[in-house]
Amino acid sequence: MSHILRIENLHVSVNDKPILRGVNLVIKFGETHALMGPNGSGKSTLGLAIAGHPNYQITEGSIWLDDVNLTELEADERSRAGIFMAFQRPVAIPGVKMADFLRHAATNVRRPDRKEGEDLIAMREFRKELKGKMEQLKMDPEFARRYVNDGFSGGEMKRAEILTMAMLSPKFSILDETDSGLDADAVRLASASIAEIGRDKMGLLIITHHDKLLEHNPPQFTHVMLGGRIVETGGAELARQLHDHGYDRIRKAYPDAEAANQQMLAKEEPLAV
Amino acid sequence: MTTSTLTDRLDSAETFGQNAFDRLLEKRIDPLWLTAKRKEAWEIFQGLDWPNPRDENWMRSDIRGLKLSKFAPNVEENSQIATGSPVRLLDGVDVSASCRSVNGLVVSESLDEGLAARGVVVGSLSRCARDHSALVEKYLHSLICPKSDRFAALQTAMWSDGYFVYVPRNVRVERPIHLHAAMGDGQVDLSHTLIVLEEGAEATILFESSSPTADTRGFHCGGVELIQHGNSHLRYVNLQDWGKGSWHFAHQRASVGRDAQLQWTVAAVGARFAQVDQRVELVEPGARSQVNGVMFTQDRQHLVYNTLQHHKAPHCTSDFLYKSVLQDRSRTVWRGMIKVSQGAQKTDGYQRNDNLMLSDAARADSIPGLEINADDVRCTHGSTSGRVDEELIFYAQSRGFTRSEAIRMIVTGFFQQIFDRITIESVRDALGAAIARQVRKYE
Ligand SMILES: Nc1ncnc2c1ncn2[C@@H]1O[C@H](COP(=O)(O)OP(=O)(O)OP(=O)(O)O)[C@@H](O)[C@H]1O
Ligand SMILES: [Mg+2]
Repeated sequence: MSHILRIENLHVSVNDKPILRGVNLVIKFGETHALMGPNGSGKSTLGLAIAGHPNYQITEGSIWLDDVNLTELEADERSRAGIFMAFQRPVAIPGVKMADFLRHAATNVRRPDRKEGEDLIAMREFRKELKGKMEQLKMDPEFARRYVNDGFSGGEMKRAEILTMAMLSPKFSILDETDSGLDADAVRLASASIAEIGRDKMGLLIITHHDKLLEHNPPQFTHVMLGGRIVETGGAELARQLHDHGYDRIRKAYPDAEAANQQMLAKEEPLAV
Repeated sequence: MTTSTLTDRLDSAETFGQNAFDRLLEKRIDPLWLTAKRKEAWEIFQGLDWPNPRDENWMRSDIRGLKLSKFAPNVEENSQIATGSPVRLLDGVDVSASCRSVNGLVVSESLDEGLAARGVVVGSLSRCARDHSALVEKYLHSLICPKSDRFAALQTAMWSDGYFVYVPRNVRVERPIHLHAAMGDGQVDLSHTLIVLEEGAEATILFESSSPTADTRGFHCGGVELIQHGNSHLRYVNLQDWGKGSWHFAHQRASVGRDAQLQWTVAAVGARFAQVDQRVELVEPGARSQVNGVMFTQDRQHLVYNTLQHHKAPHCTSDFLYKSVLQDRSRTVWRGMIKVSQGAQKTDGYQRNDNLMLSDAARADSIPGLEINADDVRCTHGSTSGRVDEELIFYAQSRGFTRSEAIRMIVTGFFQQIFDRITIESVRDALGAAIARQVRKYE
């Protein structure tokens, strides 16, 4: 399989406030990319814009999956085209069981042309598959009967996101801090699971502040975001360097981007009151 | 608007006047006590005004569009004008008895022979008022007072027919009893439901009302009385799915005796306007009631529910949960009250109402209330109202759900808490399907 996710000169605003200011990024199927950068630099925004969150307005530029212009598609159409994002803060859907949610999701993603109301994947077959994937992720089978993210611990939520990725087998996955809020064992398990499920089987864009996830999934490319732009791209060693020494060098090297980043953070404050 | 203009608009000397009432008495074959009761209620009807829009119970109701002159009570054998009215609660259900009415008159009844031999009665209320006269006389309109309001008086005087279910002492009716009311376009249903469970009796009753098409017009003015003696168990389901051009007025009452248990599930998806006054009275120690409500409204539907959990005796438990989902410009009103009488110590009362709005133009009023005249009680209440969360919709869409599938799923999840309480599978399925049918295709 050869697929390409191509982001060209992407500008994104939230509530008319510019966040991304010209992002360029190309990810090939099977590659692993790390996306790093200080808080508030725009990493999640990039992911949400690719996933099609309606509040993230694309004011300029485009996102292509092969020859499909994703910016013209709704979030569900993008999902069915093969885009997946594991969210930094997944929301709870009370009253809806994980298993029912995933069965419907998997059906739609696997049969992109399915019309509303048409049959879902056969229950028995689906249950078996789900059970297998949950064993692989060392998840309690009881999990499938719980309501989506409802009352989940931070770690359970992240694992549920990985399980969802496993069930949907997307072409490209954006993992937004899927390793945060986990204890050391859970990080190791999550990292190994992502490697097992995702490595070489999709294109991965890993957003992280830690090193464990990247140790298990060494990136071919590391991108550094600051002030809504990718200011530097390197290999696995760049990720290690940023992890060990922080962003001081980057902030000094790109004063314009740093100013933009500070400005975004400053604007945030009144909202926080 | 003043009361008098409402009266002018509503009153219909022709179809609901003295002549109509006289004609009804003439056509009917009622026992004497019943005729007397009707006449008494007719006097009350004539002495009352239509509800005053300034009255607490009616101030959030709008019945200006109701014109009684367009409807006429049905007193004779009627044609099958309401054929095609769907039945939704019977999928996969093996019933022990059933009774079906069209435009307020019973057209068929059936009852398992074994149960009949054990003294169970199921069938037309008009017939049973003759065949089981003393029994019906004892209970009919014993919980509903014709003075409550003009609709109650009208219904007590002019009820056309309905359903009578009687389960004798210690008889368990295992399989459900199914009751179905159909109402055709422009028709009237003045039916009454009377259920009596003697001591230790058990039954499950599935009641549903429907019309041939979604936009059928009609006028229903009905009554429900559930009477439970000690240790009896009743599961009563009421699916209101009249056409969305229909007017629905009802007084619904339950009286629950010593250590008896009532589970009452109400689902309302139909009618253009509904005003339901639902009361559960816990009359002897140890009585327990659980009331579940599912409302789903659209267009300009307007459903008003006034509910009361009345603890008249000590050591009783009442649990109440209503959930509504509203779309378009529809409106729901819930005014709930837990009333604890003097001496009703160790009362455990709970009421909750949650509303989910699918559009900005929808409106849900939620007015909980407590009136407590005993000091050793535990009563809690709560309500929530809010718009469907766009973040949830996006989350589901990012997992391949279309927007309308996402909304449908969120709605189903919202009702799940009630579905979890409903132990009858066909009811869960029917409600799920009714809800799924109702959710619009959101662009
Ligand atoms: N929905 C939103 N409403 C308002 N501001 C937003 C919204 N989403 C993002 N922003 C703003 O955009 C900027 C970038 O946020 P983003 O979440 O993309 O940062 P991040 O790089 O993911 O940070 P972190 O490492 O803390 O997760 C911040 O200033 C943030 O406040
Ligand atoms: Mg982030």
